[in-house]
Amino acid sequence: MSWLNAIIQGILTGGFYALFACGLSLLFGVMGIINLAHGDLAVIAGYVAVLLIPETHVPVVWSFVVVVPIFAVGGYILQRTLLQASLDRDPFTTLLVTFGLSVVAENALLEAFSSNGQSLNIGSLIAYSFNPTTSISLSYFSLTVLGVAVVVLGALQLFLSRTGTGRLIRAVADDKEAAQLVGVNYRHIFGIAAAIAFATVALAGIASGMYTEFAPTSGPANLLFAFESVVIGGIGSLWGTLVGGIVLGVAQQIGAQINPAYQVLAGHIVFLAVLAVRPRGLFGLRTSS
Amino acid sequence: MTTGAAPVPPTAEAGSLPGVTRSARPTAWLGGLGVGVVVLLAFMPSIVSQADTSILLNFFILLTMSSMWNLLAGYAGMVSIGQQAFVGLGAYTVLVLADGGFSPVAAIPIAALVCAALSVPISLLVFRLRGGYFAIATWVVADAASLVISSIGSLGGGTGKPVPGMSGLSPKSFEQVTYWAALAVVVVAVGMTYALLRSRLGLVLAAVRDNEVGARSAGARVVTARRIVYLVAALGCGAAGALLAVSQLNVQPASVFNVQWSAEMIFVTMIGGIGTIEGPILGSVVFFLLQQNLAHEGAWYLIIFGALAVVIAIWAPRGLWGTATAKLRVQLFPVGYHVGRTRRRGRPGSAPPAPPAPPVASTA
Repeated sequence: MSWLNAIIQGILTGGFYALFACGLSLLFGVMGIINLAHGDLAVIAGYVAVLLIPETHVPVVWSFVVVVPIFAVGGYILQRTLLQASLDRDPFTTLLVTFGLSVVAENALLEAFSSNGQSLNIGSLIAYSFNPTTSISLSYFSLTVLGVAVVVLGALQLFLSRTGTGRLIRAVADDKEAAQLVGVNYRHIFGIAAAIAFATVALAGIASGMYTEFAPTSGPANLLFAFESVVIGGIGSLWGTLVGGIVLGVAQQIGAQINPAYQVLAGHIVFLAVLAVRPRGLFGLRTSS
Repeated sequence: MTTGAAPVPPTAEAGSLPGVTRSARPTAWLGGLGVGVVVLLAFMPSIVSQADTSILLNFFILLTMSSMWNLLAGYAGMVSIGQQAFVGLGAYTVLVLADGGFSPVAAIPIAALVCAALSVPISLLVFRLRGGYFAIATWVVADAASLVISSIGSLGGGTGKPVPGMSGLSPKSFEQVTYWAALAVVVVAVGMTYALLRSRLGLVLAAVRDNEVGARSAGARVVTARRIVYLVAALGCGAAGALLAVSQLNVQPASVFNVQWSAEMIFVTMIGGIGTIEGPILGSVVFFLLQQNLAHEGAWYLIIFGALAVVIAIWAPRGLWGTATAKLRVQLFPVGYHVGRTRRRGRPGSAPPAPPAPPVASTA
């Protein structure tokens, strides 16, 4: 029964990973850039919440209501300035710039908050769980996060396919010069995409900060798990990202069941196996590159 | 070389075509200068204090790593954030050999070769992804390597282990031996980079960088060239990791597999000047000056250095060396081709030489 529990916990963890990954996936899909600071953004969101909760007297559970809009605005501004400037050079520069920002952010957080772990304490809410049998425990909080991940991915899908702005984002992703010819300001569209990506990663960072501890050095792990979810699910497929997150979560929990030290390693091995056997991922689109 | 048909450089054999030289200016004296610098550095342990020798040793290690990253990213267009995989594996190879009774210093070249061998299967996996995805995949491989090593109890697990086999040396001779080993590694690393870039492989890389489709259609084996560069970079980073193990006499997974190594390689190369051999040298000097001055400020040197790298990447992508020498066309390591002076070399009685062609931008 403990194996079944490991699989169920893995599926629940997949919700966190999918939430982390959808911003990464969106930025790559629209602008063709990999944001290497993505994991650190989630950590920064956690620290922003830590700073703002005493100031705003918002209940910890609702801290995302304050932090997510701040991140959306911050994402738009960062995209219109630094990221656009690097994008104007080439994708190579963008990669190095986001990596540089990641290292700067991590060390700045270390200087400001020390290397100690922090968490967003939501009290007894985290402890509620649904126990169908004695050995299986479904945390309501994790179920909520999985539900939020499904809602965010579904909303993103609907937004991209049904709304005018969503159509503009897809047009710019397909061919930004052509979109510009018909009057689209692609820089503004890039900014909107970045705002959405930053908002989702802030949500992910806060959700994970409520569930486990975070520290300035947690960023790279967030990035690697998000990236593995994207590649396992298939680059370019939003629902694939959810499946990828779940596959990664299950692999990690099964690894942890064998030996707690193998949790992260098991995820890496599944990722490398997918890369070896099915490099386009489980739901990957066939592309020419 | 095994890089296949590379675009043949234009030669000045037919008629009065413009002459092609390796360098804009005669630079033979630079070779002598280089030998002089190396000889001077070799005597440093007897001249400067032990603390300064140790700084120089770490400078050589960083320069070796950054030269390798520069080769990867600056010449072959591959941004790896996982070179710490080879740093760590090199360090652990030294540990394993030293545990088996082998001399740690003699284990350095073996560790480098082990890393080169391991890079082949790794490249088969990570080369399936391009650009940013390649970058993160190399990082995953490094993290996986670190986790595997940490789970092996006989290698000290997560806390690491001291490297045996150097206790017979006096502190002075230990310092000298490790220093000379590091000097030898950095000279070989920079020399190898230089030789590689002047070979046919260097031509293939320059052609790919300028126009990948064109290079492919001219028959350049792009993937083979990239694979060779990845292997050489693993070799160099493995040697640097082996030096870390020998000089620190202790190996710890969290330290040798730290992504900070890749961060330092990247920042040094970006600041010094990516795509030039001189860039990482200048960048390493800047890095050490900054680190020494901010040694008591904790992580601030990395914050300042990272921010500087971001600013340079966007607004001065040629780096300090590239920006400073853009007008002067000085190259300490001439690896490009310059079309310049016209030489008459052809049938007797052919047309008189054309007036000297204006200098054209070099290919490197």
